[in-house]
Amino acid sequence: MNSSPTRLVLLVATRKGAWLFHGDTRRDTWTIDGPHFLGHTLSHLRLDPRDGRTLLAAAKTGHLGPTVFRSTDLGKTWKEARQPPAFDQASNGLPARAVDHTFWLTPGHASERDTWYAGTSPQGLFRSEDGGVSWAPLPAINDDPAFREWMGTVQDGTPDGPKLHSIIVDPRDPAHLLFGMSGGGVHESRDAGRSWTRLIDGMQVVEGFDATTPTFHDPHCVRLCPSNPDRLYQQNHCGIYRLDRPGTTWQRIGRNMPADVGDIGFPMVVHPHDADTAWVFPMDGTDVWPRTSPAGRPAAYMTRDGGGSWARLDQGLPTQQAWWTVKRQAMTADALPTPALYLGTTSGELWIGHDGGSRWSRIAGHLPEIYAVEIAELA
Amino acid sequence: MKVLVPGALRSYTDAAQVEAAGATLLALFADLDRRYPGLRFRVVDERQQLRPNMRIFVNGLGVRDLEHALRPDDFVAIVLALSGG
Repeated sequence: MNSSPTRLVLLVATRKGAWLFHGDTRRDTWTIDGPHFLGHTLSHLRLDPRDGRTLLAAAKTGHLGPTVFRSTDLGKTWKEARQPPAFDQASNGLPARAVDHTFWLTPGHASERDTWYAGTSPQGLFRSEDGGVSWAPLPAINDDPAFREWMGTVQDGTPDGPKLHSIIVDPRDPAHLLFGMSGGGVHESRDAGRSWTRLIDGMQVVEGFDATTPTFHDPHCVRLCPSNPDRLYQQNHCGIYRLDRPGTTWQRIGRNMPADVGDIGFPMVVHPHDADTAWVFPMDGTDVWPRTSPAGRPAAYMTRDGGGSWARLDQGLPTQQAWWTVKRQAMTADALPTPALYLGTTSGELWIGHDGGSRWSRIAGHLPEIYAVEIAELA
Repeated sequence: MKVLVPGALRSYTDAAQVEAAGATLLALFADLDRRYPGLRFRVVDERQQLRPNMRIFVNGLGVRDLEHALRPDDFVAIVLALSGG
């Protein structure tokens, strides 16, 4: 067991509020702080790694419009953004849109202390340069006719609305950005979001559709390896992929998963220090797409060789009749030398997978539907 | 004029009933937002449309048009059409 003085906090965003779980140094005991925003729908809760104490929360309720809350005292008090993410007035002859909810929050580059990015439903990209107090839309995405075509309509998206997600800032270059859209593909910018190129070669689409059209691509979660920022992993609606830059063609590494499990799922987790190691949490993608743990037996799968092979990790998890769904933001790893995994289910269970997922134990069992789980180090 | 505020918005106003002014509902919400920053966007989206499940009653009559003209002695109620679980 790894022992570390690092103070970890587990940030859990749910359909009915948010919870913070403060861990001990062995990651064995977790102290609950919450609920925060009881009754509000929290899509994402992030800690700013640049100061180790500022929290941003993406919130709405069933009735009130979407907003972002900010805390500089670890959730003791919250202050609403002065200007939450909102689309500009209609332009380029395109229909006006309204943000339904902010779905994804990503802190900006370490050198850009107060910069944050937000992805919304319907798909939109926003940036804040004042720590999340005010947000400005990025017109090269939100008001571009080609992007709007690729985004499709609300009817085309995921069940609770199409989403812009997986916003990635290259740790080597604040101007190098990536994101995914469900649907609408993976896109990359080298100039801080002023212009974008698609990154969809090699990604498969549902049979009968044109794989050269971003509209038909549904990346569920894209992650960049901190230890090798030229390597990306992706869990897609149609399989698990890896991309090594400067290459531009995704390789379907999910073909090496056991055939009876498949390579469908939502989250993608990368190792903080080893770019050959990554985890997924497969969902049943057969027939009518139950998107529950295959055969009712939940398990993480880990690769240690960049997707060449996968090992099942289920020690401590339920062995039968556990029909879990784990959403794309609801699984993560900490950054300690021997990382632990963390996941939350739509049935409100919160679990830790010690030693890279080799020993699982339950942290909480009766939370609301979990949307997002993040682990962060406090200052 | 008097404005009745639903419970979900009282974190902004700290009161169930407040005073605000405006020649139309849009102007009224602009004034409410000046007095209680952030309130307007929770009720009216960036297309100047009432959000789903939001209802406005002026002197007891339901109004959806935010250009609806108001008089200083009108009574405006913001109501949440409860739904969900």
